[in-house]
Amino acid sequence: MGNTSSMLTQYDIEEVQDHCNHSFSQQEIVSLYQRFCQLDRNGCGFISADEFMSVPEFAVNPLSQRLLRMLDGLNFKEFVAFLSAFSSRASLQQKVEFIFKVYDSDGNGKVTFNEMLDILRDLTGQFISKHQREEVLTQVLEEAGYTNDSLLVQADFMKILGNSGLKMEVEVPVD
Amino acid sequence: MSKLNTSSSELDLDRPNIEDYLPSGSIQEPRGKLRLRDLLDISPTLTEAAGAIVDDSFTRCFKSNPPEPWNWNVYLFPLWCLGVVVRYGFLFPLRVLVLTIGWIIFLSCYFPVHTLLKGNDKLRKKLERGLVELICSFFVASWTGVIKYHGPQPSMRPRQVFVANHTSMIDFIVLEQMTAFAVIMQKHPGWVGLLQSTILESLGCIWFNRSESKDRGIVARKLREHVEGADNNPLLIFPEGTCVNNHYTVMFKKGAFELGCTVCPIAIKYNKIFVDAFWNSRKQSFTTHLLQLMTSWAVVCDVWYLEPQNLKPGETPIEFAERVRDIISVRAGLKKVPWDGYLKYSRPSPKHRERKQQRFAESVLRRLEEK
Repeated sequence: MGNTSSMLTQYDIEEVQDHCNHSFSQQEIVSLYQRFCQLDRNGCGFISADEFMSVPEFAVNPLSQRLLRMLDGLNFKEFVAFLSAFSSRASLQQKVEFIFKVYDSDGNGKVTFNEMLDILRDLTGQFISKHQREEVLTQVLEEAGYTNDSLLVQADFMKILGNSGLKMEVEVPVD
Repeated sequence: MSKLNTSSSELDLDRPNIEDYLPSGSIQEPRGKLRLRDLLDISPTLTEAAGAIVDDSFTRCFKSNPPEPWNWNVYLFPLWCLGVVVRYGFLFPLRVLVLTIGWIIFLSCYFPVHTLLKGNDKLRKKLERGLVELICSFFVASWTGVIKYHGPQPSMRPRQVFVANHTSMIDFIVLEQMTAFAVIMQKHPGWVGLLQSTILESLGCIWFNRSESKDRGIVARKLREHVEGADNNPLLIFPEGTCVNNHYTVMFKKGAFELGCTVCPIAIKYNKIFVDAFWNSRKQSFTTHLLQLMTSWAVVCDVWYLEPQNLKPGETPIEFAERVRDIISVRAGLKKVPWDGYLKYSRPSPKHRERKQQRFAESVLRRLEEK
């Protein structure tokens, strides 16, 4: 899968498909590759943070910095695996798993009060004070049966988000 | 508890609402008491981000779609080879010859006219205009340009400006062939810059520098002065500020629309079957672009001179700009996108992100109060 050629072989496509658990069809993978090459302007095999931020729609997203940390240095195979949570074929569990990973910034499998505060800060910016954020989070945590010291694991996320009709899908344009 | 810290930066009331264009219509205002899952569920924001990664309207504006290769089969391939031979071996030298002759005629007439008729300004200007129109016709001939002009030809009247969509620098030449406009352009390096500072200067062209912020005030003043003068050549402005691929239009800059004069829209649409006239300035220099045009079969395009528009009572310059953009986009069959062309060179303003954050924050605090 050279970074200079813009043609994928059948083997490449199948390898990528395996890696993302068949979340995307072969045509979608070809489209994603064209997109990847389009974004990777200097052709070095991965999309740099700057190249991502040159997409204005991405740059105005409140969670862009967080996602950049997860997207940094990914090659095409990993890029497709990253996006697999957004495929229509992805299971609810895969989507919740993705959301958990976004929260769990230190990757230790547990989401702390502070990690949840961080995301809330990204989403609300300067429009809620730190104190208000802590109060809001504490209040909803208590109502759900947790405390400030609770460490949430993936199973907790599954329980909280599981039956909410989570919609997290993106359509890959196929010519 | 329900007091919000309002943003110190004024919400950009200038810009039309981007949310009207972006496909985030699925996000409805949630109701009901705030629960933990409402805070943890970041799926709408993530979906927007992933959507932008997979496809976004801004990048689409600057994508030059390569034509499908049709020469892949045993019968067509020799035909294509023959075509290449004709284009490069026959047409191209012929065109270079035509262009050289044109330049010789132009330069040998221009300099005498410019220097000798220094006293007789009116005649000099008239001849210079004619000569510029001539050299542009030579340029157009050198690409075998087939240009169809629709609508009444621009007239020389004070207090009017012309605006057009922008695909390449050849837009200027295509329009200049019919009418000697004075244009406002980015100052370029190299031989183009030389042409700009000598010949185009005499037409009354105005230069700007994208990277300088103070420049904007100076340019606005120059525009105003030019428009007031009855003798000046009609002013042509490309409000997009950058070249777009002739399938979309990006947001118009309001500079041309707050001069208090009539705006005459011009729509330009190139026929891609013959050649893709989009100048991707990131990928090729202007010289390469011209050479590409000169080795193609033809440049075919339509130019529509549309009905002059005035600022309606109660309309802001931005709304006026959007209205004119709509007129041009509809005429030329282009899609509109809500992005500023200058985002090619810089990041979007943090105001857009702040607006999203404010919306979410308000929703959270409001729902906290509900029982």
